[in-house]
This record gives sequence, structure tokens and C-alpha cells, in this order.
Amino acid sequence: MEITWIAVIGTSAIAFILKYFGHSVPKKYLSHPRILKINSLIPIALLSALVGVQTFTEKSALVIDQRMAGLGIAVIALILKAPFPVVVISAAATSAALFHFA
Amino acid sequence: MSRVNRATAAQSLSVSFTVGAYGVAFGAAGVAAGFSIWQSCLLSLLTFSGASQFAVVGVLGSGGSALSAIATASLLGVRNSLYGLRMAPLLNVKGFKRVIAAQVTIDESTGVALSQEPLGPVAMRQGFWLTGIGVYIFWNIFTLAGALGAQAMGDPSSWGLDAAVPAAFLGLLWPRLEKNLDRALAIAALFLALVLTPFVPAGVPIISTALLAVLFGVKANLWR
Repeated sequence: MEITWIAVIGTSAIAFILKYFGHSVPKKYLSHPRILKINSLIPIALLSALVGVQTFTEKSALVIDQRMAGLGIAVIALILKAPFPVVVISAAATSAALFHFA
Repeated sequence: MSRVNRATAAQSLSVSFTVGAYGVAFGAAGVAAGFSIWQSCLLSLLTFSGASQFAVVGVLGSGGSALSAIATASLLGVRNSLYGLRMAPLLNVKGFKRVIAAQVTIDESTGVALSQEPLGPVAMRQGFWLTGIGVYIFWNIFTLAGALGAQAMGDPSSWGLDAAVPAAFLGLLWPRLEKNLDRALAIAALFLALVLTPFVPAGVPIISTALLAVLFGVKANLWR
């Protein structure tokens, strides 16, 4: 089987199981503060790591290119409280401009 | 369902459209990473969890194995379980309705539901369903558009998509970085993943940062 099909089917099956599991757990197990704290931090760690990997790596090498400028503009847009689509589009426009003209 | 509150409907719709429109970037990213148009659409229909979907195409697109792609996506999907824990007593549904509720349990539907708390449980339920189903519809339509467009697009770098994807993740993350602990964790995780990248298989650097979250979580408890 192609690697992409394995990824599509595996990811979708586990994604649904995870969602359904949350709706099926008896209430008495719901409130353990330490577990809840750790679980609320996991997405922050994973998403931050993903931002770094997608911006600063190519295969398994560290690189600095137009993507860093795009992300820098996104950070400025976020500090200025720009709406979500503006953040994404300004990052894309910056990166694309450097890709073509730098 | 009783009459829908106008404020709840407006918020649900605006979140649905804004997030859904970003499906264009996912459809394009999927095709750019080597997934077919059909496979990209299936990910949006079946996985239906933005962060997990971008992780799958990101890890495979950067040369990772199917296992590390599935593992990374699944770790990103674990929070949907926790949203389910929060939403289940509110929705109180069984059978097929519970299956549908589970499938649309994501950041946005949970977020809008919680934001309706001052208006009461009826508005919370309406916010959950309207946003969950609204995002589902827009996200899938726009995924198809992005996947079709990507074939004519050529190199995603020439459109800035290579920066748009991490910028979008940062945009999703940004409102959650209010506490110093969260900011410190975000920066530590970013650097750990980069430091590990040259030495371990693709996908592993990202999964490894879950351990940082455990460490920070334990430390947060000790501080109390």
C-alpha cells in the first residue's frame, strides 16, 4: 500500500477514536487536575515545535530562507492584533516576494 | 432545537468561514506534499482536525515515515478527547448523534460553545453544533478548491505557502500563550525540535516535545 494511503487511513481512524473516546468516558474520571494541566500543555509544545520545523528545516537540515521573513511578519501582525487571515496572507506575501526577487 | 440566538449564530458563522477558508491552504499543502486530490479531501472529511492534517502532510512531505506522521497527528488530536470530556455532559447525546458530535469536536466548536457560557446551556449547545457543522462544510469545500488549485500552482514556495502554513499554526497558538509558563514552553519546544532535527527521523523532533509538556506540567504543579 502507498505510504500516503496508510497515513490517510491511520490518521483518520485514530483521530475519530480519540474524539469518540472523550465523549464516552464516565464523568467520575473527568477531573484530575495534574493530567488536565499536562494535556493542556501538550498541544502548545507540539504546535510550537511544528512552527519551528516548518520554518527552519529542509529535510533533516537546518536552513534560514524566505520562510523566516514570512514568519517574522506574521509575528508582527499578531502583536498588532491583526485578524487570522491577515496574519496568514501577510506571511505568504512576504515569503513569496523574497522567493521571487531576493 | 429552540430558536437560535442571533449573537450565537453570528459568531458561529464568522468562525466557520474564517477557519474554513483556510482549508484552501490545506488542500494545496496536501497536494504539494504528494497526496492526491482525493486523499487530501478524505483527510478533511474523515480526520477533520486542522493541526493533525497539516502534521500528516508536513511530516510525509519532509520525508518522514507513515508511522511518525500518524503518531504526530494523533498526538495533536489528543486534545479533541479532552474537548469531548468537556462537551459530552453539555450535549448529552447517544448513538448516531454522539458519532456526529465526536466528529465535529474540535478547537473551534468547543471554543465557541465555551464563549456562549453567559447565555446559558442552550446557547452553548447551539454554538457547538453550528460551529462544528459550519466549519465542517466550509473546511471541506475549501480543501477541494485548494487541492484543485494546487495542480496549477506549481512550486508552493512561489506563492508563499511555505511560510503561510507555519504562520497559521502560530496564529492558532498565539491566543494560548498568555501565561509565562506557556510562552517558555513554546520557545523551549521550538528549540528542542530544531536541535533534534539533524539527528533523528522526521516527525520525532515534534513528538519529543510532548515530554517537555509533561515536565512543564509537573513543574507547574510543584509551584502551586
